[in-house]
Amino acid sequence: MRSVRRRLAGWMLVFGLVALAAVAGAPLVGSTHISLARAFDSTVPFADNVDAQILFIARLPRVLAGVIVGASLAAAGVVLQALLRNPLATPFTLGVSAGAALGAVLAISLRLQLSMWGVSAVTLASFVGSVGAVAIVYALARARHQGFSTNVLLLAGVTLNSFFSALILFVQYLADPSETLHTLRWLMGDLGIASYTPMLAALPLAVVAGAAFAWLPRALNLLSLDTDAAASRGVNVVRVQQVAFFSSSLATGAAVSLGGPIGFVGIIVPHIIRLIVGADHRIVLPVSALAGAAFLVACDVVARTAMAPIELPVGIITALVGGPFFLWLLLRHR
Amino acid sequence: MLQASNVSYTHGARRRAHPGLKPRATAPPAPRSAVAQDSAAAPRSAVAQGFSPVCSPGVHDVSVTIERGGIVGILGPNGSGKTTLLRLAGGLLTPAAGRVTLDGTDLTAMPRRALAARIAMVPQETHLAFDYSVLEVALMGRYPHLGPFELEGPRDLAIAREALGATGTAGLEERRFSTLSGGEKQRVVIASALAQQADILLLDEPTASLDLGYQLEVGELLGRLNRERGLTVVVATHDLNFAASLCHSLVLLREGRVLAAGRTGATLTADTVLALYGVTARVRFDDQAGRVTVLPIERARHA
Repeated sequence: MRSVRRRLAGWMLVFGLVALAAVAGAPLVGSTHISLARAFDSTVPFADNVDAQILFIARLPRVLAGVIVGASLAAAGVVLQALLRNPLATPFTLGVSAGAALGAVLAISLRLQLSMWGVSAVTLASFVGSVGAVAIVYALARARHQGFSTNVLLLAGVTLNSFFSALILFVQYLADPSETLHTLRWLMGDLGIASYTPMLAALPLAVVAGAAFAWLPRALNLLSLDTDAAASRGVNVVRVQQVAFFSSSLATGAAVSLGGPIGFVGIIVPHIIRLIVGADHRIVLPVSALAGAAFLVACDVVARTAMAPIELPVGIITALVGGPFFLWLLLRHR
Repeated sequence: MLQASNVSYTHGARRRAHPGLKPRATAPPAPRSAVAQDSAAAPRSAVAQGFSPVCSPGVHDVSVTIERGGIVGILGPNGSGKTTLLRLAGGLLTPAAGRVTLDGTDLTAMPRRALAARIAMVPQETHLAFDYSVLEVALMGRYPHLGPFELEGPRDLAIAREALGATGTAGLEERRFSTLSGGEKQRVVIASALAQQADILLLDEPTASLDLGYQLEVGELLGRLNRERGLTVVVATHDLNFAASLCHSLVLLREGRVLAAGRTGATLTADTVLALYGVTARVRFDDQAGRVTVLPIERARHA
């Protein structure tokens, strides 16, 4: 078997090129054909340059948001699956996205207008909601145990998910029907954000989570044995579980505040990557981040062009691809 | 449940350095023996300090000294505290009262990595959450010897392969762990613990899920590791004949207390089997096996 170093370098190169191709190609594809030559023609002022406007205002932010959201969700999925020792876990299993969704739905329904540093009320509210959900789930997981119970974590997350979903339905039922479409679109997961500002706000959070992820993979490998075995190999289990929980929640919260709860990226990408590169988290984690970015950017291209000029929410595309895949995976595991 | 537990790993010469652990009243014990007793000498003040909800099957006032270089068996019925004692001895549990010491140093004072370089543990059964290769599982034993961002080098690979060789699983290196039989899995996990290069190996019911052939194989492997590498082996087990064939000394636990302890031949008797399990048994030295054998006969009416 080749050394970890060489396998890591090889797969990073392959998926780095795939991600680069997706990022470079995606802005050129869309319902309107644009010419790069014209977009970068400096003799035409930006206000009159339609090609440049489409490129820089309509498409590039979506692509960059796709990179941040796709990479964050895929990496968070890897970490949570390892933390819960459950291949069926997703970044949304522990209720982070349900909390975010409740925040966003409240902000939309109450027509909150406040914004900070150019970040909209919906984005802010969704992030606050995800922080709230994380706090509740963590408090429950710590409450009954000396250490950190991943079983309680899982149960609390699943329960919180359905509880928040019920609250969302309740709020929507009472809300002005004209807002329902807006809410629905958010809940489907959509990268159609208008500007760079929310991205700049989410990026540092994703970077902090990424730095924490870099510390985790070796310990996550050991957690696959079991917690006692990991501890006897020298892993500080509770510390690792805490870092894994908070960093994956942070990445998920940042991603959801940008694009809504875009499903399936966080589960299919890690599984495809495991099938290709093996189980070692030192390779799976970074490669999944690259693949998640490429996958979501590609899905967004399909979402923008499949029924052009209608732009579908990207969450529909990832779910249409991911649903059948998920079932196949489930059958294959039994 | 209150508990006070003293476990100490010690070399014979250092025995008297532990005031909480009285040596047995008899002559100085032979090397390779474990001495354990209900410790009236455990500091009572310490007992009052702790309440530990995680250890509900708990152990109470258990004082065990594990001589280095021996094979020690922990026997007892279900719920008698075998696993708890093993987890205490591995530093995975902190005693609510009392101390677990390794050559006089409290385990709680040792960083996890430093501890892992001394004591390795093999759980009863290993189900991997993700499907690693056999070599990857063996390499996991190198964790305490590598920095947080360090990747395994040629030396780590050599140590892992050597450990696989020692457990007779070198040929399986490229296989997926999930495709192995129960006995192969157990031996690979033992190899992973060996790659840790600890001098103390703790095993929780290493033969529980194995058929007769593999049981003997694991026993033979542990005996060989002890003879050839001077590895101290501590096994919690339900299998009295396995313990009789392998262990130099035994600790018998009942309801979280030490019922008896000492050299295997002297400790494993019809009386202790009756007291432990409520089972009448014929325990006798078998000439062909060259060891004590236990033949359970029936459950006693009043145990």
